[in-house]
Amino acid sequence: MMAEPAAATPDDLIKQAEALRSAVGADFHDDLMLSIYTDAARIADHAVTREGAARGRFYLDRTIDRLVTSRVWGFPMMLFMLLAVFWITITGANVPSQMLGDFLMGAVYDALHSVAQALSFPWWLAGFLIDGVYLATAWVVSVMLPPMAIFFPLFTLLEDLGYLPRVAFNLDRLFHKAGAHGKQSLTMMMGYGCNAAGVVATRIIDSPRERLIAIITNNFSICNGRWPTLILMGTIFIAATAPPALASFIAATSVVAVAVLGIFLTLAVSWFLSRTWLKGEASTFSLELPPYRPPQILKTLYTSIIDRTLIVLWRAVTMAAPAGAVIWLLGNVTLDGVSIGEHLVNLLNPVGLLFGLNGVILVAYIVAIPANEIVIPTILMLTMMVGGSSMVQPGVMLELESNTEVYNVLVGMGGWTLLTAVNLMLFSLIHNPCSTTILTIWNETKNLRWTAMAVFLPLALGFGVTFLTANVARLLGLV
Amino acid sequence: METRTLDTLSRHQTAVVTALHSDGAERRRMMDLGIVPGTAIRVEMVSPLGDPVAYLVRGSVVALRREQAAKIEITLQPAEETQP
Amino acid sequence: MTVHTTTSHACETCPLGTNAQLIRLGINVEGWNYVVALAGNPNTGKSTVFNALTGLRQHTGNWPGKTVTRAEGGFLYQDERFKLVDLPGTYSLLSSSLDEEVARDFILFGQPDVTVIVVDATRLERNLNLVLQILEITDRVVVCLNLVDEAERHGMTVDDRALARDLGVPVIPTVARRGEGIPELLAAIHEVASGAYKARPHRINNHNPALAQAIDTLAAQIEARFEGLPNARWVAMRLLDGDERILEAVRSGELGILARGAQPVGSALQQEAA
Repeated sequence: MMAEPAAATPDDLIKQAEALRSAVGADFHDDLMLSIYTDAARIADHAVTREGAARGRFYLDRTIDRLVTSRVWGFPMMLFMLLAVFWITITGANVPSQMLGDFLMGAVYDALHSVAQALSFPWWLAGFLIDGVYLATAWVVSVMLPPMAIFFPLFTLLEDLGYLPRVAFNLDRLFHKAGAHGKQSLTMMMGYGCNAAGVVATRIIDSPRERLIAIITNNFSICNGRWPTLILMGTIFIAATAPPALASFIAATSVVAVAVLGIFLTLAVSWFLSRTWLKGEASTFSLELPPYRPPQILKTLYTSIIDRTLIVLWRAVTMAAPAGAVIWLLGNVTLDGVSIGEHLVNLLNPVGLLFGLNGVILVAYIVAIPANEIVIPTILMLTMMVGGSSMVQPGVMLELESNTEVYNVLVGMGGWTLLTAVNLMLFSLIHNPCSTTILTIWNETKNLRWTAMAVFLPLALGFGVTFLTANVARLLGLV
Repeated sequence: METRTLDTLSRHQTAVVTALHSDGAERRRMMDLGIVPGTAIRVEMVSPLGDPVAYLVRGSVVALRREQAAKIEITLQPAEETQP
Repeated sequence: MTVHTTTSHACETCPLGTNAQLIRLGINVEGWNYVVALAGNPNTGKSTVFNALTGLRQHTGNWPGKTVTRAEGGFLYQDERFKLVDLPGTYSLLSSSLDEEVARDFILFGQPDVTVIVVDATRLERNLNLVLQILEITDRVVVCLNLVDEAERHGMTVDDRALARDLGVPVIPTVARRGEGIPELLAAIHEVASGAYKARPHRINNHNPALAQAIDTLAAQIEARFEGLPNARWVAMRLLDGDERILEAVRSGELGILARGAQPVGSALQQEAA
């Protein structure tokens, strides 16, 4: 033993430590870990008894794992799960959506107008509050609540069961080849709830290069605010091309196709970035595959409806109310006898048509920068404003209680085609992140360049893709 | 007994780790997962695309990419199943 | 502080009574008497334990890396206010990744009154790695042996008494998602926080005599310099491992603060680094 000075100075201590450190050599860490694990194994052995019997669960877990990660069934099962989730969502949401629509846009809407009349509100006040703020909000609730109340619990069940790490395990090779971190598949899946949450989740990636890739590509995970747009387009336009018996299946397939395209774009853009501005090799990682846990169905239902559905809905409503006001003003404040909204739509229409979209959709995406949830209500209100008459008549939205009528409005008044719907789905997947996500990206990177890239790269890509589909469709004479 | 690396282990084979050839953070991460010399390790499942591979280590299932597994030296266990 | 108040109701004095004495305070963590850190491997049900104690509903997905940032909540038990800090799930505290640093810094510099380590009973051996490391930093530990129902389903029984004997700290078997064992966990947290429980924590047996000697030598000097430091052995191990953060703490005298606060009341250093 060395002599022990009463109280060495910190510098002495450090010198002493350095000296001892070079004496014990570089294996200190290894030796320590080995010692810890030797102790851990002894203690665990002491405490754990394994019975030969009752091992059914272990083998069941392993059997499920072999199936969901099997060479033959691994990928088909992932597709099947996705399809099943959307099929249940689409078929299940139909009836409640209709009922909510009848109630909110029928009975409640009429009642509100009678109250306004009884209180002799001026026309502009009743219009602003009821046809603007209220209608947009009611629309968001009846369109979003039923599918979200089905989709979130289903997704949460898969999550709690332990399926997501298996998906990450199956997809890892692709991420590896794309030069991305293996945990990016997990942050990608977080993005399916909310991109801002997905961006925050990239903190689990240690390498700054790979973390930036994960941040920039997270936008290709379809978030809560975008699912309703896809589900609605799939339901009323894509499914219309199929025989009624297959309609829900085709609608679900189209939504899954967009989600899969999103995964493909995530990989492709990651690959591109890791070979250009964010050069480098994928770093190593390890992923633990947790045991399957029987999910607590009731608790999952409760928490996913309260925590996810209602929070998302509340966010949508808080965005929809002011957006409704903005849209009403756009439609009712006139310049040279034409509403501002119509001016804007007419201005952007030629550009929109070039990309197989239209002016209304582009204006809607500008209004919806704070939240994608309000894209559909904005599109509908603007379409009726511009296509129907120069002014929104009270009661026009009454027509929108069912999907068929939404279809009629879009096709009849808006001049939509199948191409418009397909390109809206594509553009919904590939465009700038919402303002919350942009702010989160800024907070996480504190770098203007990467934030700008995260905004404009998907936007440019979105215009590129829609331009391509529009022109191919026109060349082939499909539209 | 034959010495080789973990990536050459095939499905359901069990081996014992003899050395780690990685260093720095990666080496530490392997050790945190319980992969130290003397640890029994077994191939549990292989990803549909062949990489990564998931191993059973100290009761948990951990997926490693092939390049990481190649840096772990093992010796094969005798044929009989010793894994709990 | 008073631990026992005389009352006629047996339930109120019996620490194993019911959850009735637990008042979940959600995110309200004002004016706490004790700080409790919640540590554990990823995927051990840490967030479920957090929710059970605080009444919050932090989402608990079954996949690693779910909790990236620290969550805080509070609860009231036996008239004491506890602040509960959910640390990121980590396998170890030695690899210096970001989440490990957050967890390590809080346990070391935040000086929680109690550190609850949530352990997965089905993967005990791997989980003990973290437990043994934390026991070198603090002996104010309660091990929450979670998922015992899963272990049973896998044909395993874990003898929590043997485990408690070997580790020298309380071990409480729980099924947190069904609330089983939470009253006992609360009682143990309270006992350790109030100092009623005297831990005899397990020390890592270094199998290499040269290393063991180096640790002892350095630890003795650290103790001499920073009198009352509760974890000189651990600091010695970190210095021998070349841990920059700890080296810096020695250099700047930050460790001295820990030594002075040898009786952690949770107030010494609330704000953890980074």
